[in-house]
Amino acid sequence: MTKAFSGRDSGELDLDRLSAEELGADDVRIHPDTLRAQAEVARRHANPQLAANFARAAELALLPEAEVLALYEALRPHRATGEELDALAARLEGVPAPLCAELVREAAAVYARRGLLA
Amino acid sequence: MTEKRVGRVRFMDQQRVNLDGFAHEDAALGLVAMSSPADPVPSLVVRDGHVVEMDGRPAEEFDTLDALVAAHGIDLEIAEEAMALEDVALARLFVDPAVSRSEVVRLVAGTTPAKLARVVTLLRPPELTMAMTKLRARRTPSNQAHVTNRLDDPLLLAADAATAAAFGFREIETTVPVLADAPSNAVAVTVGAAVASPGVLVQCSVEEAMELEMGIRGLVSYAETVSLYGTESVFVDGDDTPYSKAILAAAYASRGVKMRVSSGAGAEVLMGGAEGCSMLYLESRCVSLARALGVQGVQNGGIDGASVAASVPGGVKELMAENVMVMARNLEACTGNDALMSESDVRRTSRTLPILLAGSDYVTSGFGSIQRYDNMFGPSQWNAEDIDDWLAMQRDWGVDGGLRTASPDDIAQLRRDAAEACRDVYRWLGLADFTDEHVELAVDAVGSKDLGDPDPMVVLGAANTIRSSGLGSLEVARALQECGYDAAAGRVLAMLAARVHGDHLQTAAIFDESMNVLSLVTDPNDYAGPGTGYEPSPERQAEIDAVRQARGVEDLRADQEEWATNAFDVVGAAEQGSDPREVVIGVSPGVGRTVWRTLSGLPVVEVLRELLAGLEEEGCKARVVRVNSTLDLGMVGLQAARLSGSGIGIGLQGKGTALIHRRDLPPLANLELYSMAPVITPALYRLLGSNAGRHAKGATPVPARNPYTDEAIEARYHTSVIALVALERRCVDRALGNEHLQVTL
Repeated sequence: MTKAFSGRDSGELDLDRLSAEELGADDVRIHPDTLRAQAEVARRHANPQLAANFARAAELALLPEAEVLALYEALRPHRATGEELDALAARLEGVPAPLCAELVREAAAVYARRGLLA
Repeated sequence: MTEKRVGRVRFMDQQRVNLDGFAHEDAALGLVAMSSPADPVPSLVVRDGHVVEMDGRPAEEFDTLDALVAAHGIDLEIAEEAMALEDVALARLFVDPAVSRSEVVRLVAGTTPAKLARVVTLLRPPELTMAMTKLRARRTPSNQAHVTNRLDDPLLLAADAATAAAFGFREIETTVPVLADAPSNAVAVTVGAAVASPGVLVQCSVEEAMELEMGIRGLVSYAETVSLYGTESVFVDGDDTPYSKAILAAAYASRGVKMRVSSGAGAEVLMGGAEGCSMLYLESRCVSLARALGVQGVQNGGIDGASVAASVPGGVKELMAENVMVMARNLEACTGNDALMSESDVRRTSRTLPILLAGSDYVTSGFGSIQRYDNMFGPSQWNAEDIDDWLAMQRDWGVDGGLRTASPDDIAQLRRDAAEACRDVYRWLGLADFTDEHVELAVDAVGSKDLGDPDPMVVLGAANTIRSSGLGSLEVARALQECGYDAAAGRVLAMLAARVHGDHLQTAAIFDESMNVLSLVTDPNDYAGPGTGYEPSPERQAEIDAVRQARGVEDLRADQEEWATNAFDVVGAAEQGSDPREVVIGVSPGVGRTVWRTLSGLPVVEVLRELLAGLEEEGCKARVVRVNSTLDLGMVGLQAARLSGSGIGIGLQGKGTALIHRRDLPPLANLELYSMAPVITPALYRLLGSNAGRHAKGATPVPARNPYTDEAIEARYHTSVIALVALERRCVDRALGNEHLQVTL
């Protein structure tokens, strides 16, 4: 059994609890620990990049929907200045989401060189 | 001045293949399949653990694609070994069954985009097929359908999703003509799929941000329309960068949503941004990038630009090579079917057949399971009208193309259940109220043109309510349960539970109908030559073999039985005739016992009526005799001729073949023969009767021409012929002799 984001055991996701309206959105949301475990599985199956993605996902799993959407938007071309991306990376460090922060810093450097900043 | 083309050329010009566009190669425009002068020579220079040059470009000149691939996409521990291998040596490993998939995957992880492109360029078509057989990630092949309609009609979407699931599709992709309708489409398809089967993955393809929002809210279970392009300029035109895609990939995974990216030849050419490179090289960049981003799979090889690739020499081979690159990079391959590549059924089949034979994680990405006009992605390479062809091709080759036959009764019931469940869910959630008449139309509809003209504001209103209320799949499951659809509710809930487990985030994951995850992890492809790798289970093989059109002798016996009459009475043993104007009609042993109707659909009695009328026109006397000793038409006719006073006889088999015979001819000779039973008309039988009469009188017969047909008449009737012969053979009885029959006309 796996625990959901809420901490509820996934074995409890059944029709009885559904009809009793006991289940909420966080009961069907993946837990960061599960993503880290999936990262380990991916690594064992010769895909370290997929593992790295799951590790970043484990960080994003902590963020609310709006912040995830905003992070994606900020990395689209010509959306953010270098300073804004630096600030975003600093905020991510605080989540803590250090791997995502690192990706944002890397993007900021490449964007600066390629003229993709706002 | 070109003179008018001769008939043979005019005839060729009219064939459907000539509606397709064929282009001269033009490297400057990127109109070249596999190798362009601008494609870089593979290279990789690593210093202090960092890539300082890749494919001829120094790090300070890297664009965003190069940068991300160089930083994340190449296994630097393997790179030196892999890059040092001769292209042809590496290409041979792709094909050699003695070399494991994991060894190829290990080496390819150390290759640059230019290197991998050069390697797959060396593979010939059968070698690509072998490579695909060996290198795809998942052992069990599967398939994906498009379910859309031009009205975004929820009830039709639900009925069509249920139909697609019934035919065996394990992923359903929908999209919208009206962007704001997207949440409604996601709900309708989710409901329809859940009514028909557990474990069907559902996607709604729309603009990236909205698709992500729906994924996060749990309205869909996978995402696919996350486009990659092979050049930075086209990437940015698409309002993304490799880095924004990397975050997108993590964002989907962060909510337990499966995701693959979409790329494929031709997109850069169409956007004027190919930078002079070949389609294969640009796609190799996309595939390398996909691996670098950390996505589990790629849809490529025949997406929007499929017909661009197909317009140049080697283009179709290039499309397949794209898929093989994905597999070699250890990613899920959704082998492209999104775009109708040709007007020609022959070219379409030619393009897809090797992939069907090899097997792929998804043999077709986006099989258009609905009407072409309803496919809001545009018509696919394979469409609703091709489902039976697909099932027949699977059966012909004994391969698993992911589909199965669904019985007409099951389809009818599932469409009704799905449309009603969708109506009830929309009503319960306060999204819309649909009439009973609308349900009936959706159940029976071939496509949305059969729905009349529903109010488009209803769907838009439903979609806006879903979006603004933040409604997700949990609420959909609850609604299904409240409306009495417990099984479907349980299936939607099970898909939500799967998100919590995350096992379907691994490479090439699908769910079987028992909700087991089949993926690179749980169901790895273990092909290593004959006798290894995927074989359909006996149950699955039976599904593949059992097309609904298959018939046996018993089916035909029952069909014939429906036409049984009491028109044939045995008068007694047939005697030798002596009247010089007598012509005997000999019928085969099954006539009047097991065989009542010919292949043309005429009852045998009607055939006899025409033959007798023809004889009467010539003033001849006729007698009908059943020849019980043989079912050979020549022998039946010869026996009749020998009994006949004139020495002329007509032979008639129950299936309708007929001839005129003469008593002094060898058995296999005859005077006239009608061999094409399915197309013999009453008038021709009458002519045969009258010609037999003329032969008897020594007059000149009117030459009868066998009717001509250009249809595959043998394909259509040979199974019936075999069954009819079996029915006739049951009646052969040498001891019974020849019987004189009284036929009531």
